[in-house]
This record gives sequence, C-alpha cells and structure tokens, in this order.
Amino acid sequence: MNVPSTMTSTSSHPSQLNIPKMQAQETINMSLYASRKRTNLIGLFLSMSAMTIGLTFLLWILAILFFKGFSAFSLDLFLNKTPGPDSENGGLGNAIVGSLMIVVSCTLISTPIGVMAGIYLSEYGQKSKFSEVTRFLNDIMLSAPSIVIGLFVYALVVVNVKHFSGWAGTLALTLIAIPVVVRTTENMLSLVPVSLREAAFALGAPKWKVSLSIVLKAAKSGVMTGVLLALARVSGETAPLLFTALNNPFFSFDMNAPMANLPVVIFQFAMSPYQNWVDLAWGGALLITLSVLGLNIFARTFFREKVSV
Amino acid sequence: MQTTASPEVLSQNVLEIRNLNFYYGSFHSLKNINLDIKENSVTAFIGPSGCGKSTLLRTLNRMYDLYPGQRAEGEIMFNGKNILDAKQDLNLLRARIGMVFQKPTPFPMSIYDNIAFGVRLYEDLSRSEMDDRVEWALQKAAIWNEVKDKLGQSGLSLSGGQQQRLCIARGIAVKPAILLLDEPTSALDPISTGKVEELVSTLKSEYTVVIVTHNMQQAARVSDYTAYMYLGDLVEFGDTEQVFFKPKRKETEDYITGRFG
Repeated sequence: MNVPSTMTSTSSHPSQLNIPKMQAQETINMSLYASRKRTNLIGLFLSMSAMTIGLTFLLWILAILFFKGFSAFSLDLFLNKTPGPDSENGGLGNAIVGSLMIVVSCTLISTPIGVMAGIYLSEYGQKSKFSEVTRFLNDIMLSAPSIVIGLFVYALVVVNVKHFSGWAGTLALTLIAIPVVVRTTENMLSLVPVSLREAAFALGAPKWKVSLSIVLKAAKSGVMTGVLLALARVSGETAPLLFTALNNPFFSFDMNAPMANLPVVIFQFAMSPYQNWVDLAWGGALLITLSVLGLNIFARTFFREKVSV
Repeated sequence: MQTTASPEVLSQNVLEIRNLNFYYGSFHSLKNINLDIKENSVTAFIGPSGCGKSTLLRTLNRMYDLYPGQRAEGEIMFNGKNILDAKQDLNLLRARIGMVFQKPTPFPMSIYDNIAFGVRLYEDLSRSEMDDRVEWALQKAAIWNEVKDKLGQSGLSLSGGQQQRLCIARGIAVKPAILLLDEPTSALDPISTGKVEELVSTLKSEYTVVIVTHNMQQAARVSDYTAYMYLGDLVEFGDTEQVFFKPKRKETEDYITGRFG
C-alpha cells in the first residue's frame, strides 16, 4: 500500500519553507491596471445606457396610458356593460367579469398540470429520453406565437361545436400558461439543494413524500411566482381570445357562450372611430397594465420569504 | 482484520460488512471492506479526503441508491439480512438506519414539524404523544432549552450549530437502531462542535453511532472504535485507543503522527 511521501515525513514547520519575498510595488503593472479601469468604465457606461433606453420606453408607455386612460376611470367603467357607439355612461363591466372568469379558470387548470409536470421533470424524469422530449416540446410551446395557439383551438373546438365560447378561450390561454408554469416549476425545484432531498430520504421518507412535502415546499415561493407570472402573461393575450372567446356586448356568465374580455374589447374599441369607445379602450388598457403590474409586485414581494439553505 | 474488543464491550455486532466493493460507474472506490460495527458504540471512520470513508457510510443506509451508476457488491448484514439485497425496502431500511449530513439541512417548516416529519412517516401518535416525542428528541440533542419557546418558528431561523443539533434531534426522533453521522461538525464553530461531540458520547447508550470525520482529535475524543481508510482500502480497524497509540500498521501511524506533529 502506497502512502505519499509527504505523509511519511513529519510536516515541516512553515517558517522553514523558503518563500521568496516580493516587493508589492514591483509586481503591480500600472498600465495593466489603468486599462482594467478603462474597460470597467466602458462596461458600466454601456450597461447604464441600455438600462436607460429600456426604462425610458417603459415609463413613456406608462405615462401615456395614465394620461389617456385615467379619465375613463370611473365607477361606470367597472359596473356598466360596453356601450353602443357614441352613447353615454358605458363601461367595461362585462369584459372585466369575462376576463376574470376566463383567467381564473385558466389558472385553476394550468397550475396543477404545470406544477405536476414540473415535478416530474425535476424529480422523476431527470435525464430520461421521455423527459428530454417533453422539455424540448415545452420550450417550443413556450415560444409558440399566441395567434397560432388561438387558431389551433379555433380549428379544434370552435369549428366543431360551431360557436365561440368562454371555455375555448380558457383552453387557448391554458395552453399558453402551462409551459410557463412547467418551466418555472422545474427550474425552482432544481434549485433546491440535493442535501435537503437526501436528508428527507435518510428519515425513510418515500419519494412522493420527499417531492411534495420537502422539495415543493422549499421551492414554494418560486413556484407561486411562476404561476403568477404565467397569469400575468396570459391576462394580456388578445390573439388567442379573438379566435375563441370572441366578444359579447352583454353581461354573460355562461362559459359555453361567447364571452366579453378586456383584450378583445380593447382591440375592437381602439380600432373604432367612436370617441367613447376609444376612451374606454385606453381605460381598459390602463386597467390591464395596472393589474399585471400589481400581480408582478405581489408575486415579488409576498412570496419573497427566505429561500431554503 | 481482528478487533481486540475490550472486556466491557462484548456487545453484539449490529452491522457486519463482508467483502464490500463499491463502484462509481467504473471507478472502484471501496475495495473489499470487512468490518463489524458493535452495538451501542461509536465507530469513527478516518482518513484523507477521497479515501472512501463517506462512501462507506453511504452504503450503510444505501443512500447511494438515489444515484444511477453507483453500485455496491458484497454483504452488509443487519438483523440477519443483507441490506444490499435488491429486495430490501429502502424506506424501511433508512427509518432504521438514520443519517445526519455535513451541512445542516432543516426542512422548510417549523422546528416542531421538522422533528415530527420523520415520526409521522412510520408512527401514528396522538397530539400529546407527539408533543412528548418532540420534546424528548430535542432534549436528547441538547437543544430543547434554546428552542422550547419557539417551536412554531421556522427551522431555518436557527443558527448553524442549532440547525445541526435540530437535524440530529430529527434523526433521533424516529428511534433508529443506528445513526450515521457524515462529518457532522465540519460546518460548525468550536462551541457548537463541542456540544455535538458531547451529544455523540451520550447517544451511544441507546444508539449505535457511526461517524465520519476528518478531524482526528474528534475521532479520538468521541469514538470507541476507529477505522483508518486510504484510497478505498480499510487499512486498520480496532479500538480507538489502540489505533491512535499503538497502531499496528505503519501507514496508520504515519497518517496520525503526520497530522498531529
């Protein structure tokens, strides 16, 4: 059996080691240091300007939305249904109700499916062929243009049942939301340290229990953030609803019938020549923006508890 | 390798490791290990990094089974059965042979639930029985006084040393036959280390403890038996006193004196 020679000799005292002493001033190359500093400045300048450009447009959009949309904000906006052209006291009540119903049912359907698929990919599938294919398809779904998904549901559902409906809209939005939830869930679960899983297994916990009670719980805030971000993404989608839920000038709670919803109402009203419709479109746009902004802020603050070890 | 058991510990072997070989893929990392673990004793595995001491520990509760490509051959007899048998139920095995890791790993739940989690898996206790069990385990792990007023708080709110004792309490709470400790103090400050070491010494009255440590003084302080491993071989195994003061093998002596000197 071999033992390295360093171990056979009793270790030599540090002071006996012959380390050449260097003068600090001689080793620092000032021109190299100056060029590092220059590079740093250039990098800083470039990233600051990139941020400025991004922020400028964001604030610009928000400013115009507030300027044009805020005047439409009134109790009527929330309580009354969409008006006819050039009439008084119209609101977006039916579209708000419709949007809420569609988006809430979309969330209720896509969250369990997406979270379970994410758990499968992170905890069970890992490197299997099946999960690699799933991951690949999910990535394609993630970047699929939403109008394609709208057309797909149109051809699959609307053409067959021969009418537009709230459910068709829900289905289209669900198809858009699931990949987002799958992806964030998988990413968040894979951030949970292996040591935490091992610790649970070491107590004799079965795999499903480890996945649900420990790993999912540790990643809870990240997963919830993902769900809320998917919700935010979905609540502004117009194209898929245009082909599926369409619109409805009246209050309707029937998910089997065409359903009013904010994005489509905004789309139709904004293109119209009638001043009251255009004003309502601005109001609706501001409303959606504020809700999405609110959701994002909520997701980021409320679920930002301590992440696990 | 013959052990010279001192007269007062003529206890039974709780684990008998025979001709154990372990492979990470094609890498042969444990070579023909033969070792007996005695009941109600503390056995320490020492050796330089990469010698296989943690690997050996992880075969004892088949933790390696979580990772494809890692496999063990040979025999580890526990209660008359070979735990390396493919038919062995891993969850039940791990409920009997617990493990505490190098880094504290509190679960993302309250201190109380951290302890109760493992117990609930295999026992159906009433609320008050569970309260008693939680208190008992925390008492055993010498952390009860520090946490008794905040059992509802997250386990993550504790300090590193407290978290590690919480993890030990969690391991004790399920009343395993054997407790495996994988460098339990390497992430702790000296005071916490001292507390954990005291704890290990008291645990052996009820449990069998196997501890991996890279700190030789620690092995000398807490263990009854010591195994010195090098490059996947078990070089020497015997009474701690004998291994440290009268090592039979030159390699053991070199390792021990090299670090002490």
